[in-house]
Amino acid sequence: MKFGRLIWANLIRKKARLVLTIGSFAVALFLFALLGVVNDAFGRGADVVSANRLVTINRTSIINTVPLSYRDEILRIPGVSYITHNNWFGGTYQDPKNFFPQFVIDPENQRQVFPELIVPDDQWNTFLKDRQGAIVGADTMKRFGWKIGDRIPITTTIYGLAGKPFEFNIDGVYHGAKREDDQTQFWFQWEYFKESVPDSEKGQVGWYVIRIANPDDAPRIAKTIDNSYLNSPYETKTETESAFQQGWVKQFGNIKFLITSIGTVVFFTLLLVTGNTMAISVRERTNELGVLKAIGFPDRAVLGFILGESMAIALAGCVGLLLALVAIPQLSRAMAGLLPPLLVTAKTLVYGVIAALVVGFASGILPAWGAMRMRVVTALRRV
Amino acid sequence: MVRVEGNGAAGSLIQVRGLDKTYRRGSEDIDVLQGLNLDVDKGDFVAFMGPSGSGKTTLLNLLGGLDVPTRGTISVAGDEITHMSRGKLTDWRARHVGLIFQMYNLIPVLTAFQNVELPLLLTKLSKAERRTHVETALSVVGLGERMGHFPRQLSGGQEQRVAIARAIVADPTFLLCDEPTGDLDRKSADDVMELIKRLVQEYGKTVLMVTHDPLVARQANTTLHLDKGVLVEAGARQGVVAGGAS
Repeated sequence: MKFGRLIWANLIRKKARLVLTIGSFAVALFLFALLGVVNDAFGRGADVVSANRLVTINRTSIINTVPLSYRDEILRIPGVSYITHNNWFGGTYQDPKNFFPQFVIDPENQRQVFPELIVPDDQWNTFLKDRQGAIVGADTMKRFGWKIGDRIPITTTIYGLAGKPFEFNIDGVYHGAKREDDQTQFWFQWEYFKESVPDSEKGQVGWYVIRIANPDDAPRIAKTIDNSYLNSPYETKTETESAFQQGWVKQFGNIKFLITSIGTVVFFTLLLVTGNTMAISVRERTNELGVLKAIGFPDRAVLGFILGESMAIALAGCVGLLLALVAIPQLSRAMAGLLPPLLVTAKTLVYGVIAALVVGFASGILPAWGAMRMRVVTALRRV
Repeated sequence: MVRVEGNGAAGSLIQVRGLDKTYRRGSEDIDVLQGLNLDVDKGDFVAFMGPSGSGKTTLLNLLGGLDVPTRGTISVAGDEITHMSRGKLTDWRARHVGLIFQMYNLIPVLTAFQNVELPLLLTKLSKAERRTHVETALSVVGLGERMGHFPRQLSGGQEQRVAIARAIVADPTFLLCDEPTGDLDRKSADDVMELIKRLVQEYGKTVLMVTHDPLVARQANTTLHLDKGVLVEAGARQGVVAGGAS
């Protein structure tokens, strides 16, 4: 492109300004990617959940338990294929900051209800025979450098179990079938848990996860379960896994609104910064643009040069997206257990590039339009 | 031959008829040029002199299609430019006009070579052809060895010679020079004027030049005086039909 050299020469005429402008683009795009990834992470529940799973919790709140005796009753409802129950353990490894999600599981049906979380058969069989056994997600294994056969102490402060750590043998590792699947969980056996908790907790579980044969039956089955325990001491609330996940996310507040607001402010500020930079850049060389017009460069070429510069700055700012690509996985590992996995997707990157180009165009168009419309003699008079 | 009476031959390269230019400043109309006639033949070298505000640069801008008159017509090589659209006028300028400014007006971020190449970017010449043209133009102005230098690395006289190379590289129909020596010392000014005269004498270029400097004006074949927007006197050393403004 024969005009490329002219655009390039103008771009690098003020190197410090160029670097700072690209830097502001890069920071904004890094934030864009981070916010998008966090938004995806909180919204991903709806993507990774199965359409044929229901979750039953205590109607009052998820921190209230439900009786274990419900399990067999629910399993008898037509359309229910499998049921498993989980408890939140809330422990940490060695240090309070080493937090990750641990669940007490019902080994009998866990794999049938969550078939996408894959454990090799031999490891699972070892786990079934080991009362202190644990199955750990691949990400958590990597985070702490654990390997199969390690003995792990986990300390919790709930269920009146503060003080003495629980000891576990790592018998196996699970991997998600999809990239988005959570690989940070730590599963251990209900029987091991039950023998340590107070008597009042021995017959109580945190929640049930139910696999049903036909997703179309979900409303009927949910209604049947909840109606069965109406007016009991432990009324239930049953909903699809998707609805449960969305309800869980809502407890953090309106994440989407928050992220959209921050993102909008960031990009509006960026628009002002780059728009101002482009305006100054054009004003400084009005005379030169007049010369170009005088020697025969058409108005649209002048428009193109300035837009080309602002778009080039925007594209260079996409280095912020590359930075996100490198930094966010590190951040995700550091935040394991506190946030869902943060995954930089192609969609986020494409949207980032589009956002950069839109801001690049918007910040360049007004100065470019002004330069295009400027009369040659007016431009030549400017020093 | 140059005429200011409006009765020049139909074959003149540049024909100006009844040219008016009025600027509006606030509520006041300022007549910069009034009923100006001019005929310039191919190969003429004309100097316009006059006090500040007499309309010299305005006339040059109008002749170069950089500005449009309030009334009157300008024809160059048969093209009537006063009614051309903005786009057509830009295209016409690229093909017919070479501009030389007092302050050189080189693009500071481009080398001498790149500055001279600018007008050729608007043509369909290949990169190799452009290079040949640029090298030729720079060698004509005596700067073949300075192609890679940026304007800040050149003296004022050298910068002006690069500007002249830029003006001639696309082989325009005529050159317009607005105080080409106004920012130069005497020695550099003489060099530049020698170069411009060579362009007229050896290459047959038509040159119209604005200057304040009588020594510079004397280098031209014809000197015309503008005062308050009127061609009031035609000083001719050779081949000039004298006359006042109509």
